[in-house]
Amino acid sequence: MNTPPPLLTLRGITKSFPGVLANDRVDLDVHRGEVHAIVGENGAGKSTLMKILYGFHRPDAGEIELDGRPIRLDTPHAARRCGIGMVFQELVQVPALTVVENIALFLPDLPVVVDGAAIATRIRETAERYGLAVPPAAPLWQLSVGEQQRVEIVKLLLADARILILDEPTRSLAPHEVDGLFRIFANLRRDGYAIVFIAHKLREVLACADRVTVLRRGVVAGSLRRDEATAAMLVSLMFGALVAEPVPRATTTARPGTAPILQLERVSVPPLGHGPGLAEIDLAIRPHEILGVAGVAGNGQRELGDVILGLEPCRRGTKFLGGEDATRWPVAKMRAHGVVFIPEDARRLAAVGGLTVLENLALGDTRRYARAGGFAIDWDAARADLDRALERLGVSIASPDRPIDALSGGNVQRVILARELARDPRLIVAFYPMRGLDVRSAMAARALLLRARDAGAGVLLISEDLDELFALSDRLIVLFRGRIVGSGVPAPPGGRPGELALDEVGYLMTGAERRARG
Amino acid sequence: MADASLLRDSRLDALGRLAAPLGRFAALLTIALALFAAVLVLFGRNPLRAYADIFSSTLGSAYGVSETLVKMTPLILTALAAAVPSRIWLINVGGEGQLFVGALCATWAAIHLDGLPSFLLLTIMAALGFLGGGLWAAIAGGLRAGGWVSETISTLLMNYVAILLVNFLVFGPWKDPDGVNYPQTVEFAAGAILPMLGGTRVHLGLVFALVATIVCAFLLARTRWGLEVRAIGGNAEAARRNGIPIERYVLVTMLIGGGLAGLAGMAEVSAIQGRLRPSLSPGYGYSGFLISWMAGGHPAGIVAAAFVLAVITAGGDILQMTQALPGSVVNILMAVVLFVVLARQAGRP
Repeated sequence: MNTPPPLLTLRGITKSFPGVLANDRVDLDVHRGEVHAIVGENGAGKSTLMKILYGFHRPDAGEIELDGRPIRLDTPHAARRCGIGMVFQELVQVPALTVVENIALFLPDLPVVVDGAAIATRIRETAERYGLAVPPAAPLWQLSVGEQQRVEIVKLLLADARILILDEPTRSLAPHEVDGLFRIFANLRRDGYAIVFIAHKLREVLACADRVTVLRRGVVAGSLRRDEATAAMLVSLMFGALVAEPVPRATTTARPGTAPILQLERVSVPPLGHGPGLAEIDLAIRPHEILGVAGVAGNGQRELGDVILGLEPCRRGTKFLGGEDATRWPVAKMRAHGVVFIPEDARRLAAVGGLTVLENLALGDTRRYARAGGFAIDWDAARADLDRALERLGVSIASPDRPIDALSGGNVQRVILARELARDPRLIVAFYPMRGLDVRSAMAARALLLRARDAGAGVLLISEDLDELFALSDRLIVLFRGRIVGSGVPAPPGGRPGELALDEVGYLMTGAERRARG
Repeated sequence: MADASLLRDSRLDALGRLAAPLGRFAALLTIALALFAAVLVLFGRNPLRAYADIFSSTLGSAYGVSETLVKMTPLILTALAAAVPSRIWLINVGGEGQLFVGALCATWAAIHLDGLPSFLLLTIMAALGFLGGGLWAAIAGGLRAGGWVSETISTLLMNYVAILLVNFLVFGPWKDPDGVNYPQTVEFAAGAILPMLGGTRVHLGLVFALVATIVCAFLLARTRWGLEVRAIGGNAEAARRNGIPIERYVLVTMLIGGGLAGLAGMAEVSAIQGRLRPSLSPGYGYSGFLISWMAGGHPAGIVAAAFVLAVITAGGDILQMTQALPGSVVNILMAVVLFVVLARQAGRP
């Protein structure tokens, strides 16, 4: 087959950071009208490669060509002039400004006097063409994550980007939003745009990519056309000879009638900031039980987790931990009583950047490692615990004495996961715990959650990944606008009363009144 | 030095740890001196002569060195007063007021408990000085911890309150009846005067300052509380979710910081002034804040920067004599140093 020359060519890209070779002689071709997925384990160098493409990092060696001409991408500005745009994992917008204003800020040809109506028209035209529904007049903070992402894409298109780079675009999206994003990819491909995106879920990659490049420890392990690729091949490229373990199946071991570890009775929290708050939440988590919380992000999940952890006071209602009234307990007391927390963004919510990996481990329970009444810290004990915890998760961290900043996002998540699960918890509050983990780490993390459950812990698993919720949960609740709108045992479609089927949860999550069965 | 530098990170190479802040410090100082040289040239003076005068008068003789050490003592303590809270991003500009309240509390003991043995009396004075300055700062800490008032504003305003409080006492109830109407208290008894070291005006306060620096460095680098403080400083949200009581640390770091400034006040009033006067401090609290920022909160850097500022302060008097410049010209040099430091802070990523 006679393929046209690639739009963008990377040859021999090498980038090292102190102690890490993040990219080692990476070659990559991106064609017009191609959806190109980059996959790989955490720390495989995906984000580094994308940041080189966007001019954030300067490669130590290697060449980049656009349309056959060598280019230098020393700054994001240079990349934008070359028609390369990037959508970040953490969206970079001004919440108080409207969609139009946010987009106008980014336009290269913005005149001194901003003609909002004209820009709105351009936005609407572009949005219609590619199925990117965005409300131009709405302030950014009112938009869902999916809408904000679409705004970012529109912004890049209006700024004449031809190559769009997306760093884990499906990470924060609900299932139907993911499908929508892939339809947008297809529309863009039709018009010759090239799309490069990082992904972790192979199912998604196989659903929408034309080509998949696998990075492994900074090296290109393989680059496959869609028709050549299978999930098994990709997994073996990502992890070498590793044979995928079957995902552990959930089996209910909770005995009905046992006293719950955690009980919330009519707990309400007023809406704060942009959140919906919580209204009259009743729930109980028993030992040996994983309670899944389904819902689109921003429907009270954060508040639910914060109330349980003691970060946010209950306006009304009562919280019991192990039968004791814990309504007013501070975080430290909840943690001392065996409540642990796995956040969705470990870098921001659990790890302290300037401290070393080891110091971060000790922070999980400083009292445990304190000696001489607090005047000394038993680093040997902390080191032993860290090694043991990481071993249980099946990962190794090169140097525990390096600042945790130096680790990739996925590795930070692993360290925090290891730290929290090593504390023999009674109750685990897990926010999207597998987010940002590669296939192997996610599998290990699931196994650990199940093992903790089998050892008698209760788990509150907050997730948007319905497959994960259905695979792990013993019971499910669905949150919508701060209320529990459905609960039951996860089951195949058409189950008995008291059971929840996947499609039904999907409807409940989006607030649809229609129920799958009468 | 190595011990003191543990504050930043206990596990990096010791030399490398010292090299970066000291290099930065030397660069800042050079820029400031060059700018001040330009000012001197504008006045028609020879800057090289002026700098030579400053250095020979302060470092060229045993007396000069001892006077520099005398000036360094309160500067180190007030710098720590700003540096300790700064580890959790608190801005304590109240070192001056905390110093005055510390001096006031120590004076109360010196006047009212003068019958006690010297060792006991000095211990009580030091304890009261620390507590006075500490509680004064803790008021601002409490207002901040509750989320009511920014500690930057409250510590600044409380400086005026503290100074006026001292004025009220020395003009009123505590005024020395034999003082020919000078606003000052009676002279302290010999037992209330800190011992001097080696026949100079250098006093035990210098030991307080150096010990305090090492203790602070040790607490931050090696202990559980230090780890928790560094965690709050590194990522307050994560610290809160790990169950670290941030409000308590706001109070405690302010208390310790204010206490150290109070200790500086106690040492000044006891060893240097021998009585409480409104002219107790030529702005040591503000200079200390400047030193802390210059040193980036680094203990070895604080000692070094306090030394430099002590030289500048002591040298100011010399400029007045040898160059026929107004004594306040040294304030220009201080201001230039401050500008350079602030410019660096703003330029930091």
